[in-house]
Amino acid sequence: MSSTNDAPHGALPAGTPAPDFTLRCTADQSLTLSEFKGTPVILAFYPADWSPVCGDQMALYNQILPEFKRYGAEMVGISVDGVWCHQAFAEARNLHFPLLSDFEPKGEIARQYGVYRDREGVCQRALFVIDSDGVIRWSHVSPIGVNPGAEGILSALDDLKK
Amino acid sequence: MSRLILPVDPARDHAQGPDTAPVTLVEYGDYECPHCGHAYPIVQRVQAQMGDSLRFVFRNFPLTELHPHAQHAAEAAEAAAESGKFWEMHDALFENQRHLADADLKTLAEKVGADAAGIEAALTDHQYAGRVREDFLSGIRSGVNGTPTFFINGVRYDDSWDEATLLAALQTAAGK
Repeated sequence: MSSTNDAPHGALPAGTPAPDFTLRCTADQSLTLSEFKGTPVILAFYPADWSPVCGDQMALYNQILPEFKRYGAEMVGISVDGVWCHQAFAEARNLHFPLLSDFEPKGEIARQYGVYRDREGVCQRALFVIDSDGVIRWSHVSPIGVNPGAEGILSALDDLKK
Repeated sequence: MSRLILPVDPARDHAQGPDTAPVTLVEYGDYECPHCGHAYPIVQRVQAQMGDSLRFVFRNFPLTELHPHAQHAAEAAEAAAESGKFWEMHDALFENQRHLADADLKTLAEKVGADAAGIEAALTDHQYAGRVREDFLSGIRSGVNGTPTFFINGVRYDDSWDEATLLAALQTAAGK
């Protein structure tokens, strides 16, 4: 169980105001974090689209989306992939939540959150639960090869209600 | 470390092997998932090698956004348990992964000697949807992160599930 506020590798810890950002989610649409104020947000940074397993992290969150919605929370995925790549990936996996493109300058937002891997040029597998006031309440970084699942997110959402 | 939050319960769970076995392997799986299909004969081989030292439990984790037939397949296996044919249906589903439409489920049910008409009615009434959902929710709260996800004696197993690696992990858990 990992509802602890472990924030290794320099990820922004609980209690930090979430840096605001605007990123593209499709070729002609952008999404700004502060637009979600009043709503809890789950930011899921991940290394790349097209991970070669069925139950990959984004597909899993897609399946669990109704559970997140029960908390009124919005799920947002972020990687350095471009918008066309995201679009094809989202269509192939039937995803019902936005994928943001931290593409140019590459990884800028991931760096602000302390979850960019310079050597590989991709985002860490990192999760942030942000409360309705825009403050990070939980953050977690997984080993790059380990899909963290969702129980940490759900525990953090439980804690928001306390 | 992720742990199974819903302990194995012989009154609830479908299990192969003795309840007193020193090792319990729990799989959260999806009958339409090709990785689970790949794991299916591997689990059978490790079961054969572990003998009475292993109890194997299967729980449902259908990824319905990816696999359109996974939910009904899971419900059909649960319904087959009413005729005492859970494992026969479980095996038949994994052996026919590419043909799991409702008509195929009925054919498979007949083939394994389960109550095919009863299963068809149970699918229509969503009789086992609640049970499948209970499995699914227990999985996400336990750290299931894709399919298949295995737990050995209640702890999520993150290593490779190729036969040699899985067998070695089970033997270690059995203290052999």
